Amino acid sequence: MRFVDEFRDPQLAKTLLEQLHQRAGLLPYTADKPLQIMEVCGGHTHAIFKFGLDKLLPPQLEFIHGPGCPVCVLPMGRIDACCEIAAHPEVIFCTFGDALRVPGQHGSLAQARERGADIRVVYSPLDGLRLARENPARQVVFFALGFETTQPVTAVTLQQARRERLTNFSIFCQHISLMPTLRSLLSQDDVRIDAFLAPGHVSMITGAAPYHFINQEFGKPLVISGFEPLDMLQSVLMLVKQVGEASCKTENQYRRVVPEQGNLLAQKAMREVFTLSGSSEWRGLGMIERSGISLTSAYAMFDVERRFSPQAQPVADDPRSRCGEVLTGRCKPHQCPLFGTGCTPHNAFGALMVSSEGACAAWYQYRHQEATIASQPQHKQQQKVSQDE
Amino acid sequence: MCIGIPGQIFALHAKQADHAWAEVCGLRREVNIALVCEDEPEALVGCWVLIHVGFALSRLDEREARQTLAALHAMGELETDVALFLRGGEER
Repeated sequence: MRFVDEFRDPQLAKTLLEQLHQRAGLLPYTADKPLQIMEVCGGHTHAIFKFGLDKLLPPQLEFIHGPGCPVCVLPMGRIDACCEIAAHPEVIFCTFGDALRVPGQHGSLAQARERGADIRVVYSPLDGLRLARENPARQVVFFALGFETTQPVTAVTLQQARRERLTNFSIFCQHISLMPTLRSLLSQDDVRIDAFLAPGHVSMITGAAPYHFINQEFGKPLVISGFEPLDMLQSVLMLVKQVGEASCKTENQYRRVVPEQGNLLAQKAMREVFTLSGSSEWRGLGMIERSGISLTSAYAMFDVERRFSPQAQPVADDPRSRCGEVLTGRCKPHQCPLFGTGCTPHNAFGALMVSSEGACAAWYQYRHQEATIASQPQHKQQQKVSQDE
Repeated sequence: MCIGIPGQIFALHAKQADHAWAEVCGLRREVNIALVCEDEPEALVGCWVLIHVGFALSRLDEREARQTLAALHAMGELETDVALFLRGGEER
């Protein structure tokens, strides 16, 4: 068992794996048609590759790397809008570092900064508030993105800005809600996901109840999981037990951090500041109903789109990349023709390669050598298919 | 970007309500405690919390906090965030 000795408790890992292999062998799945488990969180994806969890699984089980990295589902046109906003001379544009190198149609925020825009990487939206206080003659814009883990943080920041009556602080709101994203994924044709590992830290905010539709409407079991290797092995075992017992429910492996009800203070702050507002487009996933998040009327004065009206710039995903198919589990990163050639972490073409939490970046970092070998016959095969067509 | 870092609250902020000082891997940083503070803020002093982008998002027990730190070290996830702590949160 490669890798296991690096675990915090190798003996426990071995015991969990033995149970997993034993139980998986009883399921009606095979190496050719495995039980497909989607890990939704980018942190989970990173841990799978770092610790070789995919290689430890029995052949009847397979990880599918889902859309849990908010940077990865950001459409190119939103980056172009960021660059347009940042180009205003009075603007100080603040962003988390993850978004700095995501390519837009007209380049990344890093490239906009090289062209002279005042773009700063911040650790927290509170750093943006501080900049607004220190620079009253400038307009400070915070690029607010992320799932439910970061939404309450933006909400509390805006509550503070409102209390201080700051008029030179605003946000470009690109938050996304996990549940409509999962619903959209499950509603798509030819997406075959059998079970879910749900993200621990999103769940820490939302609690377990919002996942119940996945059990009730789609008949898929789900386990909320921590992100260390033992957490994930235990969570996979819980899923395999559910499948073996023909059970379908939401279970919480990460109880030590995730309260059943979630963080009620965070939920209250989110309700006060944000509202779900119609459909929104996400990279690789297309339009998702009721996924757009905007500010409530009480906080509309902090909406940068009211101040600068950036152009809506819908940009279709480049047909050469297969980001969307990777995000929905239809193909593996190395099966994309650009992987490792036109798209690398140093020169990323797609967002899944930009963020260290993206499936392609993780695959590149940990599996590149194997992927290069594996992709050659696949690539030839794809060429043959296109010739046949 | 969704993984938090465990830190221990060691003092409340003298001037700003909802803020406290936390120690993370030997470094001290101001954090917002509005999302974990349901009762008296003084009760938080000495507690471990999970910190994400400058906010305490959840309370942790000490054993869990130390295990999470060990897991983050193993994943190599800690350096980037701690580097941002060191730089005071902003990078030009």
